Order: sequence, then C-alpha cells, then structure tokens
Amino acid sequence: MERARNAAARIADSIDWLFRDFSSVTIERTVLRLLGIDGAGKNGKPLPNVVVDHLAELQALKRGAAWWVTNAAVARDVDPQEVAEMVGWDEIDLTTIPVQDNALVLRRMEEIAERTLAHLRLQRARREEYLQKFGARRRPAIYVIVATGNIHEDVIQARAAAREGADIIAVIRSTAQSLLDYVPYGATTVGFGGTYATQENFRIMRTALDEVSEEERRYIWLTNYASGLCMPEISAMGALERLDMMLNDAMYGILFRDINPRRTLLDQYFSRMINAYAGVEIQTGEDNYLTTADAVEKAYTVTASQLINEQFAIKSGIKPEKMGLGHAFEINPDLPDSLSYELAHALLTRTLFPAAPVKYMPPTKFASGNIFFTHLLDAMFNFVGQLTGQGVQLLGMMTEAIHTPHLVDRSLAIENAQYIFRAVGNLAEHIQLEPDGFIPRRANDVLAQAADFLEGVADEGLFIALGKGEFADIKRCETGGKGQMGVFPKDDDYINPFLTKMKRELGLS
Amino acid sequence: MKISKNIIRPYGDTANDGKMQFSFSLPVPASEYGKEAARLLLKQMGLQDIEVCGMRDLHEGFTHFIAYATTTVSIDGSRIRVKVVETPVMDMAATDEYISQHIGRPLTVIGACIESDAHTVGIDAIMNMKGYNHRYGLERYRMFNAINLGAQVPSETLLARARCENADAILVSQVVTQKNIHIKNLTHLIELAEAEGLRGKMLFICGGPRITHELAIELGYDAGFGTGSYATDVASFIAITIDERIEN
Repeated sequence: MERARNAAARIADSIDWLFRDFSSVTIERTVLRLLGIDGAGKNGKPLPNVVVDHLAELQALKRGAAWWVTNAAVARDVDPQEVAEMVGWDEIDLTTIPVQDNALVLRRMEEIAERTLAHLRLQRARREEYLQKFGARRRPAIYVIVATGNIHEDVIQARAAAREGADIIAVIRSTAQSLLDYVPYGATTVGFGGTYATQENFRIMRTALDEVSEEERRYIWLTNYASGLCMPEISAMGALERLDMMLNDAMYGILFRDINPRRTLLDQYFSRMINAYAGVEIQTGEDNYLTTADAVEKAYTVTASQLINEQFAIKSGIKPEKMGLGHAFEINPDLPDSLSYELAHALLTRTLFPAAPVKYMPPTKFASGNIFFTHLLDAMFNFVGQLTGQGVQLLGMMTEAIHTPHLVDRSLAIENAQYIFRAVGNLAEHIQLEPDGFIPRRANDVLAQAADFLEGVADEGLFIALGKGEFADIKRCETGGKGQMGVFPKDDDYINPFLTKMKRELGLS
Repeated sequence: MKISKNIIRPYGDTANDGKMQFSFSLPVPASEYGKEAARLLLKQMGLQDIEVCGMRDLHEGFTHFIAYATTTVSIDGSRIRVKVVETPVMDMAATDEYISQHIGRPLTVIGACIESDAHTVGIDAIMNMKGYNHRYGLERYRMFNAINLGAQVPSETLLARARCENADAILVSQVVTQKNIHIKNLTHLIELAEAEGLRGKMLFICGGPRITHELAIELGYDAGFGTGSYATDVASFIAITIDERIEN
C-alpha cells in the first residue's frame, strides 16, 4: 500500500512546475466569472471568452485577465461586468487603458474577490445547515441521472426520483460539451444524451431540488460534470450555485477525450481547488478504464488511477472525505465466481480509501437489450455496494443499453436498490472473510500490480508513460490533443487573486 | 379466424393464445382512475382480456402500469422479408487466409464515432486489438490495416483520412440515438461521401445498438451491424465483399 501511494505521490509531484508556472484560457475565464462576469456578447459568445480572447490577441494574457479587467474597472469606475460588456461591444481596448495605481488596482481586486469568496462560503454553510437539519446522506447513497436533453423536463424527472428515494441527482450534459472551449449561457432545452451544463441550468435544478429537500426532509445532492475543456469554469459555476458534487477526474480528459495532457492537468488543479474551497465532493471516472478493457485483467489500472487522483486531489486541498474515487462492477457475468472478484475489488477500494465516499459504478458493458437480465445484474451490483459499504451507488438502469432512462426505468432502479440495501442491511457485520482465502489474495494481487505499474510510471515520467500508451492502452502525446494552444506561461507579475486566496485559506503551499 | 401454418401470434402458455405483457407510464395518479386510463389505452390498441396487474406510483403525477392482454392480430410468416448480411462468418485466421489468397494485400479500414458521438464502446469492440468477448478486433488481424480515429470525429475528417489512406472500408459507430441523431449523422456522412466522389471507392459500414442491416441499406450504406455483432462478422463481410467487387 505504501509503495503504491509513494509512487503516486512522486507522479503528482513531478507536475508541480506546471501548476506553478502556467495558466490556461479556461483558468482565466474562471477568474473572470468569479469576478462577476457573466452573460454573452455579440453572436452569443460568452463574455468571459470575449475578454480572454481579446487579451490573448493582444499578447496580454500572461499577466492574468484579473489585472487588466480590474485596472479598467478602476479607471472607469465600473464593475468588471461593465468592463466585459464594453470589450464585447468593441468600445475599449484593455491594454491601452492608462495603468492605474497598482496598490489601488490590487485593493479593488481583493474587494471583489472577497465578495465572491464570501458567497462561496455562504453556499457551503447553507449545505451544512441542510445536512444538520435533515441528517447525513445514507451510505451507499442512491445516485441517479436525468438526461432528457431539456432542463425543464430534467426537473420533472429529478423531482420524481427524489421523491422515490434518490439522494443524488446528476444532470447529464450534452454529449459534445466536453470539447467546447466555452460554457454556453442561459437555460437550455436542447442537447443529445443530456443538456448543457450552464449556470442558469444549475440554478434552475438547485431551486427545484431545494424545494423537494424541504418537502421530503432529506437534502438532495446535485451533481454535474467538471470535465473537458472548461473544467474550472464549470467548478466555479457549480460552487456559485451550490452544486454539491462534481465529476472531476485528473486524467479522464487526456485519455478518453484526447484533451492535451498539460491542459487537463493544469485545469484540474484549479478546478479542484475551487471544489475544495466550496466543500464540493469530487468524483473520479475510473469506471472508464473498464468499459473497453477486461475488468479482471485490468483491475489494477483502476487502483492506480484512484491513487493518482488522490494525490492530485491532495495538492488542490480536497479532504479525504470529499474524494469520491471511482470504480465499477464490470466483470463478465459469464465468468464463474465473478462475484468473488467483484467483492475483492470493491473491498480493496474501501480499504485503500477508508474515509472516501467511494463512487461505485454499475454494469454497462454487459447490460444488453435483455432488460430483465440487466435488472438482475444491477441487483447483484447493489448487493456488493451495500455489503462493502460504498459511499455512492450510481444506480444501474435496466435499459442502460437502449436509451437514456425513462421515468419508469429510474423508478425500478431505485426500487431495486432500496430493497437490496434494506435486505442486506448489516450483513457484513455477521460474516467474515477467510483470511487466506481467494478474496484477500486477489485484492493483494491487484494492489501489487498497481504498485508495480505506478513505480514504472513514476520512474519514467507521467508524460512519457502517457505517450507510450501505458494508461488504458491509449497513447497521448504531451504536445498533442485538443486545447493545447490554451496553455501559456505566466509572467512574473501574473495574478490570479482566487488561486492565491484559496491556497492560503486551504493551507496549501 | 383463418388458421394457417404460417400464422404467427404471441405464445403465452398455449398455442396462439396471443398473450402479451406491457409496461408503461402515464401522467395520471395511481388510483382506480389511473388504472382505467391504462386499460382504455390498451383497449384502444385493439387488445382484449386486459388485466392491469401492477400499478406503481412514480410521484409528481405519474404512474407505472404493468399489464397482460390478448392481441387479436397475427402475422403471416410467409410474407416476412428481412435484409440480413448474408456473407458467411469466418474466424480471424480464416479471414486473414482468405484475404491473402483472394486479394493478396492487407485491407485498410478506418473507423470512427462521428460527429457528436463520444461513445467509443462499439467501435473499440470491433477494432481494438483486444476486441470483445473472445473475438479479437481488426487491429489484431494480420491482413487488416485498422485505423481507429476514436470519438467525435467530424465526417469531413474521416473522409479526408480515408482518401489519404486509400481506404478499402469505412466503419462508423453511432451509439447515441436520442432524437434520431444517429440517422442525421449517418446521412450527413454518406451525402458528403457522394459529393466528394468517395462513395463508390470504398465500403461504407455502420454499426451501433439501434442499427440494423436494413436501416443501413436504406441510408445508402453497404452493411449495418447491430447489437451482438463481433469483429468476425465485420471482418468476414469486408473480406468477402471486396473480393466479390474485385472479381466483378
């Protein structure tokens, strides 16, 4: 265990230079959003993009967007929002506005930043208040998705699910959003396989779920996806609107969306720091390693990724109890004793991360058009989840292989989980594993394989290992992939007031 | 009713009893009123002996119904026509051997999930070295030069690559089918291929959970592979069809 964890720490440490010396366009857009800039300009282009593109064109981004916008705000005695609107209508050039007294600019920046951070702290306190009032989340919590592609229809389905017993609602995004280098503005009623993550959609769903929480006397958690090319922006929007969890994996974008490795690692660093500050629980996407590879043979890749995710999360100030590390129930059901393997893997994750609200993902690869069998598979998955005390049970849907869940599908999934959870109850307290039996041996084998793998990666370097296809058999080059152009080195006078203040308050160096 | 050898009706536990099961939800409360709504709906579908045996409150004004009923309709089996891929299926070794013998050069296949589709499970199962369920993917075949472009590939990019590699076949996967997006994407690709004069130069094959061979033909593709298809099915089809085209 120690070997594996040390190697993962070495891997994470090897990226410190990137976090220290670089920023990205989406990080700058996040800063602007946190300074209060929202809305869209000409052609519907989001104002944070308008301002960052403007500065990039003038080669001025290296100082950080915050400084230029605040300088203009001081010069014109207006809010950052008004500055952004003026840029949007081509009324001003931020780089030709006379440079104001630096102390004055910094003080103004400090004031505005503090106002936003106070709001984030208030949202965190509100969540804690709700939990005090209604009690903590059950374990495993019942997590279901809504994915109609229309935020208003999503609300209906989310409310129904919450009333049936769901603890966590995930609003699935439109399938191509991860590759957009901007966050759309406003409420959306379109999308494929889900609708867009926008701040307005977050607000609409949060309001609806707060209502149901009050009525059901149970706090309903809301989650979305801070992944893709806008990781920190989505985290910021979620923090502002009190989302409670975020999918926020350190390497998912690199491997499964072909986003540039530097861009992803850099973005996840700030993105996770915002989540840490706002008390948002992050979740990681290890299940993806098993959707294409064999779940027995490649079990160690899940463990290795969990450990890497943990180390990067520590760097951003995420507390262990907010690290929803992932794994999945994806072993071929034709395999004899598949349940023993699943138990070994599930227990390994719980043992390695005792404080983490581990996110357990359902069978998808062997879900088929035979909805009756899939329902059975989901029951077995629920059994393991309750028996091993996972933090979050992402419920499987009997129609997983067919369509995004219908109202009935979700309801049957919740019924399935509630029955199994109730029936299994405290069974784990009454049974014991054979100490030298198959399950502990298997768990140790997987851990040893993960340790060997991580040591290999630490020795040769993360970027080299990515380039050689050592993760998920997918080759990713340090200078390849989408969004690479959006990464830039910071000047000595670069400033990101949120990064500075969050680091200080989270006790990070 | 006329009894015919070819008449097909559902079988519950007795020949031709016409028994069917139903599961659906309605925007009605879970009450006698709601149950009657479910029954009337089934009645309007022409069903008889309707028994609404399950009713579950879905909250927010919705209810789930489970019902059994008897259908009065039947199908004449002699009039069923389906389009299926008719080429025989060979294993990897046999396909490699077939290509060496009959074509004498490796075949280049380019695969992708096109447009908005980000789900590579299908294309990976067919193309990746590892394959799926004990059938190796095309990358493993000696006689296939398999290039998997992955997810969210614009149709333009796929065709440009196919042209530059002088591809023998294009494999397109579409997993997301909400609002029939897969039909739109597949149509866009084939129209573009026609406009660029590539349609006749290579095989166009699509696959995905909601793809059938018949749909594929209708959309202008050479073949379609749905759920339960493996690399062996696709590889055999490509090898045999290309061989036939060369002979013709």
